[in-house]
Formats: sequence, structure tokens, C-alpha cells
Amino acid sequence: MENVAEAQKSLREIKTRGEFLERFLKFSFGFWALFAGLLFPILAGVILLYEARLAIEKFGFINFLTYTNWDPVQEDFGAATMIFGTVVSTILSMLLATPVAIGIAIFITELAPNWFKPIVSTAVELLAAIPSIIYGLWGFFILTPIMATKVEPWLQDKLGDIPLIGKLFQGAPTGVDVLNTSLVLSIMIIPFMASVVRDAFNMVPPIMKESAYGLGATKWEVIRQVVIPYTASGIAGGLILSAGRALGETMAVTFLAGNNPQIPKSLLEPFTTITVALANQFTEADTDVYLSALYYVGLLLYLVSLTMLGIAKFMVLRLEKRWKA
Amino acid sequence: MSRKTLRKLFSNFMLFVSFLTAAYGIFWLFWILGSLFINGFKYLSPGLVYLDPTPPGEEGGGLRPAFVGHLIITSLATIMGVPMGIMAGIYFAEYGRNSKFFMTLRQITDIMVSTPSILMGAVVYAVMVRPVGHFNGFSGAVALAILMLPVIAITTDEMLKLVPKELREAAYALGAYKWQVIKDVVMRAAKVGIMTGVILGVARIAGETAPLLFTSFNNNVLTFDLRDPMASLTVTMFNYVMGPYHYWHQQAWAAAFILTMAVLLLSILAKVLLHRNLLEPLFYIVRSITGKKGG
Repeated sequence: MENVAEAQKSLREIKTRGEFLERFLKFSFGFWALFAGLLFPILAGVILLYEARLAIEKFGFINFLTYTNWDPVQEDFGAATMIFGTVVSTILSMLLATPVAIGIAIFITELAPNWFKPIVSTAVELLAAIPSIIYGLWGFFILTPIMATKVEPWLQDKLGDIPLIGKLFQGAPTGVDVLNTSLVLSIMIIPFMASVVRDAFNMVPPIMKESAYGLGATKWEVIRQVVIPYTASGIAGGLILSAGRALGETMAVTFLAGNNPQIPKSLLEPFTTITVALANQFTEADTDVYLSALYYVGLLLYLVSLTMLGIAKFMVLRLEKRWKA
Repeated sequence: MSRKTLRKLFSNFMLFVSFLTAAYGIFWLFWILGSLFINGFKYLSPGLVYLDPTPPGEEGGGLRPAFVGHLIITSLATIMGVPMGIMAGIYFAEYGRNSKFFMTLRQITDIMVSTPSILMGAVVYAVMVRPVGHFNGFSGAVALAILMLPVIAITTDEMLKLVPKELREAAYALGAYKWQVIKDVVMRAAKVGIMTGVILGVARIAGETAPLLFTSFNNNVLTFDLRDPMASLTVTMFNYVMGPYHYWHQQAWAAAFILTMAVLLLSILAKVLLHRNLLEPLFYIVRSITGKKGG
């Protein structure tokens, strides 16, 4: 009798220990899930908002967005130049990168022979793995001199006389300008964009493509009329996702932009972006208002990139849902 | 020309264009890696690793504090970030799969992977640098750990999703607790995948500069004290590229070369782990030489 009671007791002990572990682990796993997905994003936003409060009070919202003066000495700050620079370099790099990324995705999914696919895929993935400061360093030491002495004078020579377009290529070609920055930024986001688009392309059910081929469509017609329409929301999502990345990219652009707080009048003028201003000025900010103004532009960047990435995620998810259904 | 040949020609033309774009992408890769190899190799010297920096303007010296600091900050960030990330990933995959709330959190975590890394530096600066009054190495590690958390969480979740449901059900049928199923079945099955995620996470943070600029900052003197500012390869490169001296630029190239090789090796290692059949030919050769079966 005694043995049975003892056995029951130890069994109960094991059970309570098991249940305790069960609850303890669920709780700690859950905490980090909650932290990663909810607490930290909110905490980061609150900290940025709190640090920016001085500047928000002093400069307001609309006024801060539209004011082009950035003067640390007079403590007079407006973010228009940085916002303009961020938007322009992002849009330009997207224009340069999008056709290439879609072309690479088409090449990998539809065109390359099977033995060649992993080579291109790996090359693109390696390009994505290179740290962004390497892009910046390479752009600054290798690409900038070539842009300044060869490419930009050539562009000025060929396009400088055309009305309207010519205006974009005025100024002294230095290589530290909007054009070069956008080019390096575009090289940086091509691999990321290409892999998102490739994943979307792979989600097209083979039967849809086969039926189009069966009707006598050529390869390009299948891509143009079946693959791209089917994956449109995925492609759009991938593009916005890449734009979100380009928006927050710091090290690739910080050597090339020139950190000059002005609205560039042409593609060959130095400018600044939100991230460039943060990287260059944060440690120099000697007054509370100055630092607070920097936090304010950081907060704007945070909100804009979260919104854009959220929209992109939603669009990609829509394609995935259709794929599963 | 018939309409059919025209369509075919146009199709081939467009496919040729897509081939050109792939060539364009690979062209940049080769150019960047090529100039890294040429310039990096040229300026590589053993002294780079074991010498301290000279006073500015004086030729010579090395980047010892940066190498040591980089290793300390990255390892510390890994030690902090990996467990947090794996725990969050396990919750998303094993507990939250049927909860709409946690699936939304998972998507937000996925978004956090792409948020500007420089902002993490700014956030950590406000919490861990300004209250202390000076830059410190520990805050740099925290900033990197926070960057790593979503990367690890998402890859862990993805890898656990690949474990077949039947494996879990078999364990539950034997009366196992959930944590036992996770520990002995799911984690064991997804071990390699999670390893891959960790390696990719390390590769990601090893090349980060922006979050370190205002947290661990820089230091010309070798230090092991996490309360002091601590040099890292990336921040040193940032300063040296912006600096006026030619030998600084050379050292920046050499550091860039070493850093890139390390990061690329990590990425390749992760890829090989994930697709182990890539190594199959190699195993075959080894087997045929040693004459052993299996492996």
C-alpha cells in the first residue's frame, strides 16, 4: 500500500513540475513574441516621440515639413530638404532598379537552364549579403571618380542642351550628387527586389501557364498576360517593400550625398537625406533643440517606413492567400 | 513576315532583354567584389590585426581595437539576440498559429526586419547612452541584438513550419507535454534550419554600421570594458573613408575586404547547411577515396 501511495505522490510531483514548466515556457516564449511584434515597435515609437517633443513644440508639424532652412547655429530647423532628398533618391533608385529586378526574376524563373539557375540565384543573394557600408565605400572610391570625370560630363554633353531634361544635368559634375547616390542605392536594392519578385513568380500555378502555352502563346506572352497579372499584387508589394528599405538606407548613401541641406536644382548637385543627416549630425548635436530636431526627422522616417512596409506586407500576403486557396 | 514569326521574334527579344538585366546585376557584383579583392588584398598586412592605430597623419599602425571590439560587440549581440529571437519564433510557430492576434504580431515582426537600422541606434542612444553620459560598448551590442531579434524570430518560425504536423501528433499521442514536444521533436527536426537562421542573423548584424555610430561609437585604444566606447570595424571604416589620409583609405579597403569575406562566408555556409545536397558531389569524392560507405 505504501509503495502505491509513494508512486502516486511522485507522479503528482512530476505532473506539477511538467505543468509548471509548461506554463513558464509558454509565458516566456510569449513574452518575447509580444516584445518583438508589439512592445518594441511601440516602445521605439514612443521613445522617438518623447525625444522629439522639444522640436515638435517649437516647430509644429506642417511648418517643420515644409520649411527648408536647417541652421544649427540659429537653432532654426525645418526638414523639407531632407524629406525631399529621401523621396527623390528613393524614387530615382526605384526607377533604375525595377526593370532590372523584374528582368532578373523573369530570367531566373522562366529562361535560365536548370543548371544555371542556382548560379544566378546565388550571385543575387551574395549581392544582397554584402554590408551596405561596402556599397558606400565602393561607390565613393571607385564609382564617384568615374561618374565625375566620364559619365556625368558625357551626360551633360549629350542631354544638356535638351530643354527641360537638360536642366536636370546642370552644375559641376563631382560625383557627390543625387544621380550617383540613386545609382548606388539602386544596385543595393536590386537583389532584394529581385528575390521578392522571383518568389511571387514561383507562386503562379503551372497549370495556368501550361494552358496559355497550349493555346499557342509565346513565352513572353505567357509572362506578360498570365504571370505578371497573376502576381501583380505580389510585385507591387515587393516594390514597396524595397522602397521601404531604400528609404532607411544609411551607409550606402552617406558618403555620396554630400550632406548639404539644400533642395537640389539638378541631378548633379549634392543634397541630404534623413538618414544622412542623422549619421553625420547626431554625435555633433550640442544643444537639446538640435538633437530633438534630429529625433523629430527620425520619428518621421520611422512612421513613414512602417506605413509603407505595412502596406507592402498586406499586398504580398494577399497573393500568398490566393496561392494557398 | 507572318504574325506568328513576329510574335516569336518579339518574345525572343524580350527574353534577351531579361537576360541582359541579369547580366547587368551580375556585372555590379563582379565589379564590387573585384575591386574589393584587388584593393583589399593589396593593402592587407598582418599588422592590420595586431597593431594599434597611430596618431592621425602618422603612417602605419593597424586596427586592433576595431577587430577586438567588433568581435566583442557582435558576439555579445548574438548571445542576447539569438535566445530572444528563437523564443519568439517558437511562440509564433507552436502556440500562436491559430491566434489571429499573434499572427498579426508575426507580420509586424516581419516588418521590423526592414525598419531603418539607424533608428535603432537613436532609440538605444536615448535609453542607454544619454542617461550614462557617454558612449559605451554594451549599448552597441544591445542595438545589434534588437536588430537581430526579428530576423531570428522570422526564420525560426519559417523553419518550424516545415516540421510535419504528424511528428508533433505522434509525440502528443504518447502523452508528452507541449514543451517536451518542442524540445525533443520540433527543435530536433528543425535544428539545421534554425542554425541557418542564426548564421544569417549574425551575417546581417556583422556588417551593420548605422546602429553603432551613436552607441558604441569609436575608440583608438584597445578596451575590453563594455562601459567604455568601443571601436568596431564598420565605424572605423566610416571614419577612415571620410578622413583625409591616404593610408586611412588603404586600411579601410583592407578592413572592408576582411569584413565582406567574413559576411559572404557566413552566407554561403548558411546556404550549404540548408541545401546539403550541394555538398553531395564532394561527399561522393571523399567516399570514393576513403572507400568507406555512408557518411
